Amino acid sequence: MSSGIEAQVLQQYKYGFVTDIEAEVVPPGLNEDVIRLISEKKGEPAWMLDWRLRAYRNWLKMPEPHWANVRYGPVDYQAISYYAAPKRRPQLDSLDQVDPKLLETFEKLGIPIEERKRLAGVAVDAVFDSVSVATTFREELKKHGVIFCAISEAIREYPALVQEYLGSVVPYNDNFFAALNSAVFTDGSFVYVPKGVRCPLELSTYFRINAESTGQFERTLIIAEEGSYVSYLEGCSAPVRDENQLHAAVVELVALDHATIKYSTIQNWYPGDEEGRGGIYNFVTKRGACRGRASKISWTQVETGSAITWKYPGCILQGDDSIGEFYSVAVTNNRQQADTGTKMIHMGKNTRSTIVSKGISAGRGQNTYRGLVKILKGAESARNYSQCDSMLIGDKCGAHTFPYIDVRNSTAIMEHEASTSKIGEDQIFYAKQRGLSAEDAVSMIVNGFCKEVFKELPMEFAVEAQRLLGISLEGSVG
Amino acid sequence: MTGRGKRETGKVLLEVTDLHAAVEGKEILKGVDLTVRAGEVHAIMGPNGSGKSTLAQVLAGHPAYAVTAGRALYEGKDLLSMAPEERAREGVFLAFQYPVAIRGITNAYFLRAAVNAMRKHKGVEELGPVEFMDALEEKLKVIGWDSSYLSRPVNEGFSGGEKKRNEILQLAVLDPKLAILDETDSGLDIDAVKTVAQTVDKLRRPDNATVLVTHYYRILTHIQPDVVHVLAGGRIVKSGGKELALELEEKGYDWLRDEVAVA
Repeated sequence: MSSGIEAQVLQQYKYGFVTDIEAEVVPPGLNEDVIRLISEKKGEPAWMLDWRLRAYRNWLKMPEPHWANVRYGPVDYQAISYYAAPKRRPQLDSLDQVDPKLLETFEKLGIPIEERKRLAGVAVDAVFDSVSVATTFREELKKHGVIFCAISEAIREYPALVQEYLGSVVPYNDNFFAALNSAVFTDGSFVYVPKGVRCPLELSTYFRINAESTGQFERTLIIAEEGSYVSYLEGCSAPVRDENQLHAAVVELVALDHATIKYSTIQNWYPGDEEGRGGIYNFVTKRGACRGRASKISWTQVETGSAITWKYPGCILQGDDSIGEFYSVAVTNNRQQADTGTKMIHMGKNTRSTIVSKGISAGRGQNTYRGLVKILKGAESARNYSQCDSMLIGDKCGAHTFPYIDVRNSTAIMEHEASTSKIGEDQIFYAKQRGLSAEDAVSMIVNGFCKEVFKELPMEFAVEAQRLLGISLEGSVG
Repeated sequence: MTGRGKRETGKVLLEVTDLHAAVEGKEILKGVDLTVRAGEVHAIMGPNGSGKSTLAQVLAGHPAYAVTAGRALYEGKDLLSMAPEERAREGVFLAFQYPVAIRGITNAYFLRAAVNAMRKHKGVEELGPVEFMDALEEKLKVIGWDSSYLSRPVNEGFSGGEKKRNEILQLAVLDPKLAILDETDSGLDIDAVKTVAQTVDKLRRPDNATVLVTHYYRILTHIQPDVVHVLAGGRIVKSGGKELALELEEKGYDWLRDEVAVA
């Protein structure tokens, strides 16, 4: 019976197809020549290459971190190809020129890439392996002065902006994976929202790893000028492969006075099979700086995929009265491992942060919440509210919570709540007695458990998140 | 059997024969026989620990209870071989003694999911949220609730009485063929008992049946039972008409124990 259930779980990863598309892949291995090649292919200015090389030289001296509560074999960084691009390089100004196979892939993934999706009000940048293939609604956005494009393009077109902000939140030597990313990042999104503009569309990027033995190192930079607002969503998937693939992204957000950035992630990278073979290593650095007065950065993440997740989207609350938020749902099923949480660094006065974390473990999954709340000396009257809830399904999984609190100002008010619950036989029986199947019952109970997070997601993505959660837990309760 | 209900004309809905059941290896039901016909209301009374709730749970299919012997037929089909959700979809409803809370899920959502599970089973089109709310209005009035209860999470933060009323609301909405009410009247004030009883009475039809598991005579003043059973020591030791309930109310269960022992 259990093998039947497992097979069902495995089947559920329906994004596991490979697109047969001719790709230009740089041979595996990493050295300064590879970095020069990437930079050249992207047509980058000298300062960019210089920055990459500095990052690379730093990276060489850094040890790979192993403090996270996850276990995996050694990663051979020389076996990874650091650049893969669909060969027929599409012109970004027209979708007609994009390889139809690519469009088909995104169609299969349900990504609103075509004009007809206009109704959905979503502007999309799609990154396939290392290259951004299509950015929709650019004209519409341009009317409002909003820049939304591939970061490689931004480096060419808006070098002053990129140079000012790139690495200003996550420096190239921030940590091992961030340094690696800084050296080899190939694409990602760039968003600039000018002063006083409320971005009229939800912006969205879709990341897809397709080629074999490649890593994906995207870099995203979002700048919200004074009084602006932007909501941004990223989604991810990858084919089913027996080997592990590395995904080491960096996301930097900068919110100036009274600006708000809402950043949502639905991460559904291939999680590996039931024995833990294959799957994506998702080692990501995401950080936002609330640089301005009363600025706000809100992270919402739904993490259902990846073999290993290592990510702590955080906020540096520099501006007085600034607000940081972190809403997270992390699911680990089968042999998945997640070590995720946030960092809230309070620097300004009256800064506030809210952390709501929901960890769900099933199968042999291991789920760790790790969070740091730091109140610096100058942060008068800072407040933090943290809530960490764990749910266990079955008796072979684990939930762990590591909250770190560092308070250096006595006016701070800290609240922390934590709970661990097991999906009870009684709860499931109750739902079954009302005619619901076991799957529907679990999905309902889990969705209810995650509601506080889902309500932070834009509507259409909340629906997607609920569906994904149901899929990743299907078969986890007999 | 003395004082058996006036008519035995309805179709047999539930036929339990020599039912034995155990929980954690301990036998609780030791040979229960029970026949419920369409159109009937049965009351099952008995002292604490006699197996009343176990009987209710076993009929609904709770996995913690193991049936060790005997059988139960529902509309001629083997009830015990059906999964709990199948039983529910086929029209067996259990009003729980201790309804379970489901965090973050509104009552309205839960109810609609239940209704749609039944509809799907019957091959009827599922209801959207708006249609469902319209259909619900009327049922709400029956139990004297306003729609504010619907946006609250299922049983979360409900008082004991509210939870029980919620079970009755579900009963009214799902409209089962066989309703088993497990001490729904316990913990309710007099008015609430009356509301519950009246709702059950209103739902009474020639083609459905209700089994009321209860400690108290009180609820039977509002519902006219066709048969009253006394469950003691895991078996039905006496069955009769409403007067049996009254007798129990006056004398307690001890006299019965003696009588059974003598018999």
